[in-house]
Amino acid sequence: MLIDILFWALAVVAVASGATVFAVDSMARATYALAISFIAVGIMLVIVGLEYIGIITILMMVMEMAIMVVYMVMYMGMNPALMPMDMTHNKRGSAVLAVGTFVLLAAGALLIPWPARVGAPAADLTASLGHAIMGPKMLAMLTISPVLFATIIAGLVIANPRGRYDRWGDDLKRRPPTDPMRGGLGR
Amino acid sequence: MTLQAVLLVAAALFSVGLYGALSQQVIVMVMMGLELMLNGVILAVGAFWWFLAPAPDGQVLLLIVIAAMTVEMAMGFAVATLLHRSRGSDMTDSATDLSG
Repeated sequence: MLIDILFWALAVVAVASGATVFAVDSMARATYALAISFIAVGIMLVIVGLEYIGIITILMMVMEMAIMVVYMVMYMGMNPALMPMDMTHNKRGSAVLAVGTFVLLAAGALLIPWPARVGAPAADLTASLGHAIMGPKMLAMLTISPVLFATIIAGLVIANPRGRYDRWGDDLKRRPPTDPMRGGLGR
Repeated sequence: MTLQAVLLVAAALFSVGLYGALSQQVIVMVMMGLELMLNGVILAVGAFWWFLAPAPDGQVLLLIVIAAMTVEMAMGFAVATLLHRSRGSDMTDSATDLSG
């Protein structure tokens, strides 16, 4: 009973704070609202016994949202909370698609005859995850590793100032007409 | 707490995130919509794991989803940085070069 009350309270918090992300003017508030949504989902994972995954979800997403606030402040150039303006497009079509998706997913969740539970959780879930990662699921982890490394390289190449993709126009061979600064790739 | 109830909450999170990803113009806000969609996916996978098959495979799948979120965020920030530097804007409407 207590678990049910806690679950529904967390569910309301997760969905409400998720909706708040796109309702508030302040980018910082939107980011913190998303962090609250992730914390609520992380606690729900802890409720179903996934302590390790739930805790790393909370820790990772709180740090990620803290970084996201910095990016918001860097790129916005102005404060929408002080200068309200609409930075959305096709709100009606988006809402229709979102509601349609929810109806479809909810119908699937309610109408599908889900099978009975097979097996029982291990006594120590974190230890069983560790054994899986270092044993039969090692190939999955070995695949993720180069993907993450490639992400680091690609992110640096794309975001690098005066690098391959920091140029005017789409002609990769065109030289910059006037370049007040020396340095950079091919300059 | 039943599987259906958790899946309904996950569907709500996914749908709210979909609305944000489609309706927002600022790239970082679009990323926040995508993250909210993945938040729903994480909750749904956790529910499937607990209510249907509590084997370690489900936990590994959750780790992969979390890794996908990391990749999405890193590449999104890289693209936002490039767009902001080259065009002075971080709006999706200023990056429609490939639209038909």
